[in-house]
Amino acid sequence: MAQNGRFGIHGGQYIPETLMNAVIELEEAYNHYKLDPEFNWELTELLNEYAGRPSRLYYAKKMTEDLGGAKIYLKREDLNHTGAHKINNVLGQALLAKKMGKTRLIAETGAGQHGVATATAAALLGMECVVFMGEEDTKRQALNVYRMKLLGADVVPVTSGTATLKDAVSEAMREWTTRIDDTHYCLGSVMGPHPFPTIVRDFQAVISKEIKEQILQKEGRLPDAVVACVGGGSNAIGSFYHFIEDEEVALIGCEAAGRGIDTFETAATVNTGKIGIFHGMKSYFCQDEYGQIAPVYSISAGLDYPGVGPEHAHLHDIGRAQYVPITDEEAVEAFEYLAKTEGIIPAIESAHAVAYARKLAPTMCKNQIIVVTVSGRGDKDCAAIARYRGEDIYE
Amino acid sequence: MSKIAEAFQNGKAFIPFITCGDPDLETTKAAVKEMEKNGADLIELGIPFSDPTAEGPVIQEANIRALKNGITTDDVFAMVEELRQEVKIPMVFMTYANVVFSYGAEKFMAACEQYGIDGIILPDIPYEEKTEFESICEKYNLDLISMIAPTSKGRIAMIAKEAKGFIYVVSSLGVTGTRSEITTDLDSIVGVIRENTAVPCAIGFGISTPEQAKKMGQIADGVIVGSAIIKILGQYGKEAPEKIGAYVKSMKEGVTCILN
Repeated sequence: MAQNGRFGIHGGQYIPETLMNAVIELEEAYNHYKLDPEFNWELTELLNEYAGRPSRLYYAKKMTEDLGGAKIYLKREDLNHTGAHKINNVLGQALLAKKMGKTRLIAETGAGQHGVATATAAALLGMECVVFMGEEDTKRQALNVYRMKLLGADVVPVTSGTATLKDAVSEAMREWTTRIDDTHYCLGSVMGPHPFPTIVRDFQAVISKEIKEQILQKEGRLPDAVVACVGGGSNAIGSFYHFIEDEEVALIGCEAAGRGIDTFETAATVNTGKIGIFHGMKSYFCQDEYGQIAPVYSISAGLDYPGVGPEHAHLHDIGRAQYVPITDEEAVEAFEYLAKTEGIIPAIESAHAVAYARKLAPTMCKNQIIVVTVSGRGDKDCAAIARYRGEDIYE
Repeated sequence: MSKIAEAFQNGKAFIPFITCGDPDLETTKAAVKEMEKNGADLIELGIPFSDPTAEGPVIQEANIRALKNGITTDDVFAMVEELRQEVKIPMVFMTYANVVFSYGAEKFMAACEQYGIDGIILPDIPYEEKTEFESICEKYNLDLISMIAPTSKGRIAMIAKEAKGFIYVVSSLGVTGTRSEITTDLDSIVGVIRENTAVPCAIGFGISTPEQAKKMGQIADGVIVGSAIIKILGQYGKEAPEKIGAYVKSMKEGVTCILN
């Protein structure tokens, strides 16, 4: 990685001067603590004893047999405390913020998983917590709003712009410029200005570290493909990271195509976007010809973001990872499929990865292996999927 | 000497901001002419952006109104070309990096020079990222304006030494918008700037009254006002230019200490 957090041409620090010293201070603190044995011991304790790591690498026998191709393993991040991979990053950042003397965490959230994880860490570590959430998403994910409040966080509904994840990020950034001294912005994905894409990546890299150990133990070899969903891209980069140097492992990110990449109702950034500068980083963004950020759409609130993390943009540029679009319909079918086949209800975000595995596995040989990261559990999505299928269920 | 320096030749400078195309470009043009007539020394023209992360609610809404009207970067250039037939004072653009980047930085800066823009303010381009745009700005005789914030501390000297045109001193933490009081120790910040550069500095963010303008004018070389003007536009729409003219007059009097 080059200086100033560049991944090829992507990344950087495109933020107001007001925040520059805050990100510099964060980078210095991170570089110090990541090498500090006590910090690492505390974080490992939290991840193992509190969050329930390592998460299982589960052989999905029925799914494998049903699809009749490659062997499918599921990386069960849905089994973590709070029900998603988000806790890996949040525990790291919250502990780091506490070491830096910060007493207050702010965060953005889309589906609510990162907001719940941040509220959880704040409760555990005795910190104040404010979560910004698009008003549209507070309606789609009412249960998570209640969970955050139960955990002691303030949830601020964001009404500006499209009232979804991108606006929640903008509002959290605005709040950070207002109050920096005691506040850490606990960014939830591998995006934003340097050093966030690197910090979040490092805290999520535990996923691929475990996958590698677990698959070597179970199969004595590396997988042929690792498949994960991509919004900002934190569970995907976490799943990919320790395999980047292993060229024989295909890395596949599944983007939310919404109603299709040939429509305007999509959030498939790599497939439909172009290079731009937004939310602190240079990367791919869905935008119009004048650089106005496009309103994006996906059934999944967590993937409903017009950008993608800069490291993914770079992995795409150099051809190391492949980014495929998955429609709402394919994701919902995969959501139902995994529930019926394996008795696992995945988050609708993760269902995008499951959907691609369903296409990919039959094209591969029986001695090949796919690892699919189930980034979160789907309880939060049941009411929305029921509505999608025409059943009038409300939480 | 850059053309922007002329703005600081008439005593303390008053620098009004306006979002182009709110509520329409005709109103923007009329308002800019009123501003010049009533003593504005330099005008900041905002090119609307969908997600202006450094702005408070007032200017955010102006951006949304302008974009709803379908205003594009090309429309803004066409407006500047017309305005330049009458308006003589320096004008700078204030917009976000993606507006310039997506247009093509080279093409954008060339158009700025062609139509008579003197500088550009990009709040999401800090010192660390400016190289990419600065070399192109220089080629087309534009000043890329540097910003200094209350949190800049040890960075002030570094930024000031390389500043061009004028320095935009951000008065307070947070986003744009009117504030009842400004508590930052601006004297010290401006002091460090003066030790490092002869480039003039103007204070913006949170200023709305002639009294505040007077106070800020005693510290710096000029004041910048945005949200207070956008509020007048929000209230009076197409009838706003005359009211904006009267407001600019009162603020210029404030900043130059004609006000008692």
